[in-house]
Amino acid sequence: MGLEDLFKNVTKRFNDEELPENEPTVKCPRCQQVVPESRFQELNKVCPNCNYHGRLRATERLRLTADKGSFVEYDTEMQTVDPLNFPGYAKKVESLQELTGLKDAVVTGECTIKGSRTVLIVMDSHFMMASMGSVVGEKITRAFETATKKGLPVVAFTASGGARMQEGILSLMQMAKTSGAVAKHSEAGLLYMTVLTDPTTGGVTASFASLGDIILAEPKILIGFAGRRVIEGTIKQRLPGNFQLAEFMQEKGFVDMIVERRSMRSVLSHLLKLHGYEKEGTN
Amino acid sequence: MEQQQRSAWERQLLIRDKNRPTVHDYIPRIFTDFYEMHGDRGYGDDGALIGGIGRLDGLPVTILAQVKGRNLQENKKSNFAMPHPEGYRKALRLAHQAEKFHRPVICLIDTPGAFCGVEAEERGQGEAIARNMMEFMMLKTPIISVVLGEAGSGGALALGVCDELAMLENALYSVISPRGCASILWKDASREQDACEVLQITAEDMLRFGVAEAIIPEPFGGAQEDIDKISENLKEYLVKTTTEKLQKDLDVLQKERYTKFRKIGVFQEQ
Ligand SMILES: [Zn+2]
Repeated sequence: MGLEDLFKNVTKRFNDEELPENEPTVKCPRCQQVVPESRFQELNKVCPNCNYHGRLRATERLRLTADKGSFVEYDTEMQTVDPLNFPGYAKKVESLQELTGLKDAVVTGECTIKGSRTVLIVMDSHFMMASMGSVVGEKITRAFETATKKGLPVVAFTASGGARMQEGILSLMQMAKTSGAVAKHSEAGLLYMTVLTDPTTGGVTASFASLGDIILAEPKILIGFAGRRVIEGTIKQRLPGNFQLAEFMQEKGFVDMIVERRSMRSVLSHLLKLHGYEKEGTN
Repeated sequence: MEQQQRSAWERQLLIRDKNRPTVHDYIPRIFTDFYEMHGDRGYGDDGALIGGIGRLDGLPVTILAQVKGRNLQENKKSNFAMPHPEGYRKALRLAHQAEKFHRPVICLIDTPGAFCGVEAEERGQGEAIARNMMEFMMLKTPIISVVLGEAGSGGALALGVCDELAMLENALYSVISPRGCASILWKDASREQDACEVLQITAEDMLRFGVAEAIIPEPFGGAQEDIDKISENLKEYLVKTTTEKLQKDLDVLQKERYTKFRKIGVFQEQ
């Protein structure tokens, strides 16, 4: 299908006259509206009804962000060795590698955005909900170290369900490792911008995702430390619908700007240039 | 203690015991002239994570500690050792104060995790933990952390970026509670005993993964069997380690701290 996991295909027909017979549809997880798939794809997976910004694959994000042909990937072959010999993990990774064409949940590399050279980090929630294990942590740490060495800014599109339980304590330690790498990059006076995308939660929210000099978020996406259901279980009541959405988190003071997908590239480019990253390879 | 290694599950039961000593027991036995300092200067004071200044064998140190209550009343005050963001921000404030006055920071970790609630989210639990890790990584003063009982996930790691980490012999450090792991993995929370073993969370596991550098021996029946003895062991370790770290050049210390965490992780590249 090539569709979002969350946008389940809806077979049930509503009496919507505009929908031609048999056109595939998707249902928005935020507003539950049923939308023709073609329209959803046309908008790069944004809901035309409520403006929820759906989950992109890393390849789609790269296409929308980097100058054409400019992206050079780092660490293309890195993958997990199932360090805990955790039940079912190796098999799950193998099948996801086949399904997604990714080795793990993050793609890192270097590109230009409207001419400004930057290190780019893109997490892909289609791979084990982009949980952070050794591979994700190491690739992100190396991306920051490379940026520090080359004097480049970092732009990170975050998405994650949190730490990767299947790698036990090793996955938890990636939070400290990546935060340390951000600290070194920051100490060198270089710009780090995070773009929070759906969903950014758990150990990633509690590490590098929250440490950008500038924190952007896509509309209506989920941002949080604890899961909604965990909190509802604790307080024994339902939470309001906007809880932990980007707009809510901005109101609480944790997001600088909410930026639409269609203008993200040009906003990033302007912000890079405002920090002096004008031309390719210069600072 | 060379007799027989306890399983992770046996240790879990041991540290859940209501007689397991807490920071209320340790602080007066290990430190003198302890003065508690309150508040994050932004929102409030968090009873789940206390901080203060005291002397360790004569040497002024800053102490940051998660507080398990010994009864329901104490636990109400300390929220069962689950800090809110203002707890972590108080810890960061006091850590910077320690840096300013060249005092080593001693972190006593004992928490099921950071609190998961509406207000914790609204005040930025994730941001608070992240900032502590980033700034502790760069702190120009020695940081020694000890896991006393349980160390649960990011809520523990927020006090766990340090020059050296010690585990009490029966303490456990885990990315997720074994119960939570069991319910995700097998859809059956009652299999937490199995999850305990699968997750590899004991002090020996921590040494093997490079997460901890030392294990502090407990009496056979656990720390609860002889609180004076375990406090003595803990104090001895802290005195030795702070003395050692204080002799290091601060840039070297910081570099070694970064390297300690930088090395952690297992992967392959063909
Ligand atoms: Zn919608």
